[in-house]
Amino acid sequence: MRAFVYVRAAGAETAAGEARDAGAKFIAGGTNLLDLMKLQVETPEKLVDVNRVGLDRIEDTPEGGLRIGALVRNSDLAADMRVRTRYEVLSRALLSGASAQLRNKATTAGNLLQRTRCYYFYDTALPCNKRQPGSGCAALEGFNRVHAILGVSGQCIASHPSDMAVAMRVLDAEVETLAPDGERRKIPLAELHRLPDDTPHIENTLAQGELITAVTLPPAPAGRQIYRKVRDRASYAFALVSVAAIIDVRHDAVRRARVAFGGIGAKPWRDEVAEAALEGAPATGKTADDFAGRILADAVGHGGNDFKIPLTRRIARAVFEQAGA
Amino acid sequence: MKVSMTVNGRAETVDLDPRVTLLDSLRETLGLTGSKKGCDHGQCGACTVLVNGRRINACLSLAVMHEGDEITTIEDFEDDGVLHELQAAFVEHDGFQCGYCTPGQICSAVGMLSEVAAGMPSHVTVALADEQVALTNEEIRERMSGNLCRCAAYPNIVAAIAQVGRAQ
Repeated sequence: MRAFVYVRAAGAETAAGEARDAGAKFIAGGTNLLDLMKLQVETPEKLVDVNRVGLDRIEDTPEGGLRIGALVRNSDLAADMRVRTRYEVLSRALLSGASAQLRNKATTAGNLLQRTRCYYFYDTALPCNKRQPGSGCAALEGFNRVHAILGVSGQCIASHPSDMAVAMRVLDAEVETLAPDGERRKIPLAELHRLPDDTPHIENTLAQGELITAVTLPPAPAGRQIYRKVRDRASYAFALVSVAAIIDVRHDAVRRARVAFGGIGAKPWRDEVAEAALEGAPATGKTADDFAGRILADAVGHGGNDFKIPLTRRIARAVFEQAGA
Repeated sequence: MKVSMTVNGRAETVDLDPRVTLLDSLRETLGLTGSKKGCDHGQCGACTVLVNGRRINACLSLAVMHEGDEITTIEDFEDDGVLHELQAAFVEHDGFQCGYCTPGQICSAVGMLSEVAAGMPSHVTVALADEQVALTNEEIRERMSGNLCRCAAYPNIVAAIAQVGRAQ
């Protein structure tokens, strides 16, 4: 691990101010950042510890939603009775990720900003445009079982690893931030993560020192909430393909369906245009197949991850069948 | 940089490089070598300790992040030659072969049983809204999936934890 300056921030404003200079990073749970620092994939010059800044509560909003503090631990969020009863898809997504020890440390904001588990991103002996811009991408011709099939570029095919973010995407979450100059803004989760294009090392739309302070969920929409995850082990593994869905079926017809995917995209993947085409469609397997066809229209496999295309189709169908049952 | 923690009930102040993990501070600075370093990347669970009563991977946390925290390691469980009931159950059920993962397994199990007592759900919990968790073997396996055992003593580990968990 490279040497760094450690600063313990007492409040959110101080934290953002301390992190204004390039080379500074926030540390909360640390479960991903420290892992990467040990490998020197991450080499921050300064770590701003935000564990004592508060922001660790889950509050009801006047609109009937929830405001989740950035420092709320994944285990506490999954276990909150309001989340379990009103946002089951979020609780299920969280519980399907990592291990209990990691969920006890990992935070809401940190989960959103965790980095890809691409093997080549982790291996400093091999090229990776995300780790070292311009060095190339070893995954294109390498082992790419866990890689993305949507939103990828010729520079990077890394997948976004989060389960939680997929559920938050389907719930239309909004991210609240605080900049070093004190400015606060709200970003729809859909606009937080960036696609790789020619700059895979720039993964989100946050500025240097901009601190996520909370994630807000609007009231839960009507419909059956489902999180389905397919992985190589029964527990404690990243998704090959996952689906977060809220599907409202009435009188054998789809009234409204919201469906986001994990494991297949460079970011949590959702296509609202494809969802709109579902409204009023009969709740049949063919409707699910047509929907999957639209989602996968631009999907690209690179050999090891080709299987994700038919797997996504099958999981989409299974989720629609579960929602209609 | 100085950091003060309570470790197994004793107040400790140590002077550390900020890079030192909680695990290395316990093992190398305080001489508490019960917590094991397996992968050092949060994948195996051998370093599991309790921080303020919650289980975490000590390898993925910096010691300086634990100012004022209460740390409990495997060394705290035995009391004057009397084993903690989980330790005794691991012996009774032969819940190990080489033993390297065992301290992490036991600390993790203690944390896990508190989570169950608090009604926290898991990936395999059928009814999320239920306030009480039925401690089935499937629940134990899922909740302990962050602790690997390369000797694969899993059936006996589950039996040991089930015996203690169901008695509680």
